Amino acid sequence: MTPGERQKLRLGLAFISPWIIGFAVFGLYPVAMAVYFSFCDYDILRSPILIGTENYTYMLQDEIFWLSLWNTAYYAAFAVPLGLIMALLCAVLLNKEILGRSIFRTLFYIPAIVPLVGVAMIWLWLFNGQFGLVNYALSYLFGIQGPLWLDDPAWTKNTLILSQVWQIGGTMVLFLAGLQDVPRSLYESAELDGANSLRKFWSITIPMVSPVIYFNLIMGIIGGMQEFVKPFVMLGPDGGPERSALLYAVYLYQNAFTYNNMGYACAMAVVLFGIILFLTWLAHVGMRRHLYYAGD
Amino acid sequence: MSSKPTQFLRFTILCLGGFIFSVPMLWMLSTSLKPIDQTMSLPPTWLPTAAHVEVFGRLVQVGASDIPEDTADDQPVSVAYAYQWHLDLPDVAEPVPVRVLEDPMTDQLDTSIRVIANYHWQAMINGRSTSVRLYDPDTAVPDQGTIDVLVPLRDGTFRRETIPVADLGRVYDRTDEQVDAAISQEQEMTVSITKLRRHIIDWDEREFLAHPLTAEITVPAGSIAYSIHFRWRNYLEAIKEMAYFPQYLFNSLLLCFLTVTGTVISCSLVAYGFSRIEWPGRDKVFFIVLATMMIPFPVVMVPLYGLFRELGWIGTLHPLWVPFWFATPFNIFLLRQFFRTIPRELSEAATIDGCGHIRIFLQVILPLATPAVAVVALFQFLATWNDFLGPLIYLTEQEDFTLALGLQSFQSRQGGTPWHYLMAASTMVVLPVIVLFFLAQRTFIEGISMTGMKG
Repeated sequence: MTPGERQKLRLGLAFISPWIIGFAVFGLYPVAMAVYFSFCDYDILRSPILIGTENYTYMLQDEIFWLSLWNTAYYAAFAVPLGLIMALLCAVLLNKEILGRSIFRTLFYIPAIVPLVGVAMIWLWLFNGQFGLVNYALSYLFGIQGPLWLDDPAWTKNTLILSQVWQIGGTMVLFLAGLQDVPRSLYESAELDGANSLRKFWSITIPMVSPVIYFNLIMGIIGGMQEFVKPFVMLGPDGGPERSALLYAVYLYQNAFTYNNMGYACAMAVVLFGIILFLTWLAHVGMRRHLYYAGD
Repeated sequence: MSSKPTQFLRFTILCLGGFIFSVPMLWMLSTSLKPIDQTMSLPPTWLPTAAHVEVFGRLVQVGASDIPEDTADDQPVSVAYAYQWHLDLPDVAEPVPVRVLEDPMTDQLDTSIRVIANYHWQAMINGRSTSVRLYDPDTAVPDQGTIDVLVPLRDGTFRRETIPVADLGRVYDRTDEQVDAAISQEQEMTVSITKLRRHIIDWDEREFLAHPLTAEITVPAGSIAYSIHFRWRNYLEAIKEMAYFPQYLFNSLLLCFLTVTGTVISCSLVAYGFSRIEWPGRDKVFFIVLATMMIPFPVVMVPLYGLFRELGWIGTLHPLWVPFWFATPFNIFLLRQFFRTIPRELSEAATIDGCGHIRIFLQVILPLATPAVAVVALFQFLATWNDFLGPLIYLTEQEDFTLALGLQSFQSRQGGTPWHYLMAASTMVVLPVIVLFFLAQRTFIEGISMTGMKG
């Protein structure tokens, strides 16, 4: 290393030093400790006692753990694709010049940026079984007696999924940006070949925005597996009736801060990290062969 | 080009979607402006309404929910209206404020319940009714004889006077000047709940003008006029019910300020180090920065809690802002991408002019990167304002809560029944974000397209 290089290295490290400190203290240290605690009996008040893999073996027979995992899988399996499809649909509708385009974009986007606690309050009220607007609309428009959304174990998860679809704004705007990059010439030549709208959407739009779909899918999986605020606020820390919407992150929080089972919570966190990495890898492999990167 | 029908179809779908997407927010706003009875009635009213009827030449507000929907215009219906009279002297019309101690909606019908009414004293002095204070407020007023009162003078002082008890009257009132003149007091009294229900439900809007004793009159349905009445008072009441609202707001704003400044300063410094200085191993280290974005918060949650506990920071705001002074990966990424687009020649020219890196950073890069810095600041503000899990874990005392956490704790304390207050509180948490969106719309759109930028 030349002296010049050494000086640049020193300078560069000086500039990034806030990140180095922050990463060491708020990133590396906690991750390492989380792995360590996951092999310990730890309740914050006393120092951790190593107990080997007991937390993990307990997890295998903890019915609530499996229930929360199932709930989360169910939630993410519906909420993530549904959100993606709706976002893409809105983006496609908004992609061409149309009257009031920016107004529609604003209407679709705003729900995505407002505080989740406020959103949870709004949905609590809308999904109220007795006086909720949703049930009124159902009976008024279709003559259906709506379910007791948040009080019926069969419906709690679906309620969360439905309310999630309202917040597709961020994803939609990303899709919009992706759609703008699709060259018009592709559509024009397809039209010459006599392709209809559906065909064009399927054979041009979808492949061309596939990187955005991929990005949003991964972000959706990561976010979906960690979903916390809305289930916690709308259904309480126990996940509603019969724990029917107790999501993984909420149960993890319960273990850590309600039952003071910090070691077990850390083991759950490690497993969550593993699941997220696995799903990301799966999405990566599954999408790779359909992925089209313009220019690269 | 798409044909007219498809364009029309697209527009129709968008209108429908836009309507569905805006209903939740509009419904929140509408609920926040209604009296409680209109939140709990079907079919729902879209706008808070009030019915008026002419009684003895004066327009009086009446209970709208009592009138059957399919009543013909000339059909007589009976509506409740309030006498405004003196509680102790039944012939004198005086306004009486009443606040319910228990929830009238859940109580049984014909029992009595306790209410609080404000009152003050008036005395007939020289033939005129004057607000006075009791000279000895702790002693009960005798049935007859005389009593000492203090009569307020123009200069703010009082004159002591002895008057016959018969000339002294207790007045239930909340007219501001009178309350100021004579210190008002509160009294609990028992009122029949049927009467009170009418009062609360039908007279909610004008609570402070109504008397718990109401009367029924019969008028033709057609003469009832409806008008829109926004109950802005819900917002004040919600703030009062939340008790610590000013502290919540202050804490949220303080945290937003601290995290935004911290993020902007630390992330732009680090981004400079990753984009404008060539040092060996730079891109490998940057890859680590990107990789750390994958760490889910639940993984670091427990050890961080332990760390902050060791530092004695649990129950303080520190854990919620200190980490942001040490650069967060996503914002580093965003700023680095932007810094890279600034031509290298600019910094080279500055170097030739004798500028060090600090000066180049401050005087060349930062001014040119203002749009990106604005995006980072804006999104950090939102993240802090919206954050719930962090405050939930680290804060313990009500007066330290942020608005988001305060709203949730308000909801769980209330059990979710006073929807009009809950929606008013939610509006106060949600609305600043929407206002911010309209003020900084361009920055928002830029920001989102920046986040989607190809690496």
